[in-house]
Amino acid sequence: MTTPSTQLGRPVNRVDGRAKVTGEARYAGEFNVPGLLYGQVVSSTIARGRIKSIDASEALRLPGVLRVFTHENRPSLPWFDRKYRDDDAPSGSPFRPLHNDKVVYSGQPVALVVAETFELARHAASLVRIEYKPDSHETDLRAQRKKAYAPRQGKDGFEPPPKPWGHADKALDKAAVKVDAEYETPVEHHNPMEPHASTVIHEDDGTLTIYDKTQGVLNSQTYVCNVFDLPKEQVRVRSPFVGGAFGSGLRPQYQLFLAVLAARELKRSVRVTLTREQMFTFGHRPATLQRVALGASADGTLEALIHEAVSETSSFEDYIEVLVNWGSMLYRCDNVRADYKVAALDCYTPIDMRAPGAAIGVYALESAMDELAHALRMDPIALRLKNYSERDQNKDKPYSSKELRACYQQGAERFGWARRNPEPRSMREGHELVGWGMATGIWDAMQQPASAKAVLGLDGRLVVSSATADIGTGTYTVMTQIAADTLGLPIESVTFKLGDSSLPMAPLEGGSWTVASVGSAVKEACEKLREQLVTFARKTKGSPLAGVGAEEVVFAEGQLRNASDPSRAVSIVEAMRLGGVTHLEEQTSAVPSPKQQAYTRCVHSAVFAEVKVDEALGTVRVTRVVSAVAGGRVLNPKTARSQVMGGVVWGISMALHEETALDHTLGRFMNHNYAEYHVPVNADVRDIDVIFVDEDDTVVNPLGAKGLGEIGIVGVAAAVANAVFHATGRRVRGLPITLDKLL
Amino acid sequence: MKRSEGSTVGGVAPPEEPTKQRLSLRVNGAEKQLDVAPWTTLLDLLRETLDLTGTKKGCDHGQCGACTVLVDGQRINSCLTLAIMKDGCEVTTVEGLARGDALHPVQEAFIEQDAFQCGYCTPGQICSAVGMLAEGHARTDDDIREQMSGNLCRCGAYPHILAAIQQARRTSAKGEGT
Repeated sequence: MTTPSTQLGRPVNRVDGRAKVTGEARYAGEFNVPGLLYGQVVSSTIARGRIKSIDASEALRLPGVLRVFTHENRPSLPWFDRKYRDDDAPSGSPFRPLHNDKVVYSGQPVALVVAETFELARHAASLVRIEYKPDSHETDLRAQRKKAYAPRQGKDGFEPPPKPWGHADKALDKAAVKVDAEYETPVEHHNPMEPHASTVIHEDDGTLTIYDKTQGVLNSQTYVCNVFDLPKEQVRVRSPFVGGAFGSGLRPQYQLFLAVLAARELKRSVRVTLTREQMFTFGHRPATLQRVALGASADGTLEALIHEAVSETSSFEDYIEVLVNWGSMLYRCDNVRADYKVAALDCYTPIDMRAPGAAIGVYALESAMDELAHALRMDPIALRLKNYSERDQNKDKPYSSKELRACYQQGAERFGWARRNPEPRSMREGHELVGWGMATGIWDAMQQPASAKAVLGLDGRLVVSSATADIGTGTYTVMTQIAADTLGLPIESVTFKLGDSSLPMAPLEGGSWTVASVGSAVKEACEKLREQLVTFARKTKGSPLAGVGAEEVVFAEGQLRNASDPSRAVSIVEAMRLGGVTHLEEQTSAVPSPKQQAYTRCVHSAVFAEVKVDEALGTVRVTRVVSAVAGGRVLNPKTARSQVMGGVVWGISMALHEETALDHTLGRFMNHNYAEYHVPVNADVRDIDVIFVDEDDTVVNPLGAKGLGEIGIVGVAAAVANAVFHATGRRVRGLPITLDKLL
Repeated sequence: MKRSEGSTVGGVAPPEEPTKQRLSLRVNGAEKQLDVAPWTTLLDLLRETLDLTGTKKGCDHGQCGACTVLVDGQRINSCLTLAIMKDGCEVTTVEGLARGDALHPVQEAFIEQDAFQCGYCTPGQICSAVGMLAEGHARTDDDIREQMSGNLCRCGAYPHILAAIQQARRTSAKGEGT
């Protein structure tokens, strides 16, 4: 039963596009119900200490203010940590809002004011008087570096650093050419455009329908059920649209806890929406200090590779990410040592942020590779090709596919790399220095277990569903394509449902695994429908396809056809009638095939960047980026391009703009708004060219597709930093590269 | 400026609970008579009272542009605008751009060019683009980039937003020519 693909690989417009351009798409904080109450969070002003007193009397005097929840009046809740854990929780003791009088970070929610209107809640929150007894705090990673320790493991998907092999330190000593440098990356915040919000609709019978901003409705549902001791039947979590998340929705955030608490206590529907300032109070990309040391022989053969990192975590959990493992995956080397430690700060626990670990680990690695190429007087691409790894040395496994050479070659050609004068400061245009830099990108191509349900009706409509999310990634569209393709239906005949805890199980939407995981389940469920339809069509007397071999039946244009004689055909609806059914339903779970275990599965890229630097002002503009990606089979070139392009913008942003600045005296993030936390605007982004190189992978998952959500950012900051060096001769080893570092 | 009637008659309300005032607005072509507290922004009025949630709140500080609407044809940040300031005005939100089933050319172009991902900044981008094109000052691509820089897109769809605006401009130019 092989049918030529009709929907996959096509640049289909987003199926949710109309809802998004007309304003019909509703996000978590936009479900208005009669009698809705508004909760406003009061945030702590100290980083560490105790709450001495809370005086809410002035707030409560206002007509229309219903309650001020604090640790003093909250209901009794479970004691054990495990009740507060979630699918993305690292080891430790998860943060519990309003748990007691202890303050463990600045911006911690310490009260929730609930009122009849938004304005009243906001005003009343300003009237809550809190007295603190502050303790000393520590928020400076450099100061805490000496106290860094090997973190507890236990976060899903974490790979510890590889055990060392060879004698990296000795080999570095002896190497003919070496680079030994420290790189620093700052705290960054996800800042999705939609603030985190939860609307909890309280029904008369006590059941809750919760519209939550999340990357996993099941994760939120489990959390609410565990914390508030509720059966799953009483809690339905929905999230049909998510206004960006980038990892910030991987864990249930405190607005969910607070909204549910208030709704249960007041027996009313409650919404809690965080302010933009409060979007800086629950998780961020951790600051890191990284040492990368590379040694090479004169011909560029890598003799030593050392990558050591100290990353921040909180005082209550050990946040971990894969930071130092990438070098020995990308490059062949006989002497490797990687080391990863964390240091506890009085900040909230970091949380996964787009390409966690890789975005900053590969930045340091690929900057050092550029430094090495320069020291060797070797072309940066040539150095990478010289040490190209055919196998993943960390695990001693082959790659399921790795068309990275094609990325280098096609990217370089499109960019015009051959015309690059390797000498720094050698290229100029008017008053600006021009720099060209490149870097490699890598990310995992993972598959998780997932389920999907497919229901076909006599109206010829197919409804497929799974409790996954679309955070802007294109899940609605690509799942619709996969389903339509499997059953030979037009896109318009298929509806895909997601973001509802009543739907079949799906993993968190993260890690770039959604197409591989949920897509495989959608495909399997639809294939099972196919089998049933084929049986009806072949086994029913009088059917035009009676007696035709199963492998001879193809699905196209809503019909089952004999491949060798297309005039022998029945419509899908007729096939159902032949089978005497009014609807067909299949639910399946797709699990990763055991054959994957023999391989390392990754997506790769080569990134090329052009910068123009005004020598007098130190301003840097990224004028061109080419990103060549080896991502397996591309299911929708339009949404795929958008994913990678968005990732590139994130990389430019990381290189030049983003940094959450801490005031260590106050232990507080200072630039907690869009005016002072810089993300690119339209005028900051110029030409971005995305290339998808051909890559055939029969191992990675049944679709042969690799996720593209994270690869776009990886390598970009290094490519930009390398271009800045090429333009100016100045090696800036701390992000972001702001003009003060160039003057 | 027109004064609403009965604003502080009696003067008994405490300062914390502002007295509502009568306000007339024409929203997406429909006349609205509303009693609105003076501290309510146009954005919150649209979203919470009129259930027009297409207009988004991203920062509430005039820094992101997600709340952009057209007031008397001009693009403004509705989060920085108290509703009572716009008594008697005509407000167009993203819900009011299409003509029945026919999308506005800018909306069409945003879909065709994949000029959004999560969609949260999109209504503001679209209203801003409609306003910008009406202003008539954008001649080059750089002009468009600059004049659309009040609308943040965290998904990073900027090159496609530019392409969509170029497409919409071509479509409109053709439409005028025939």
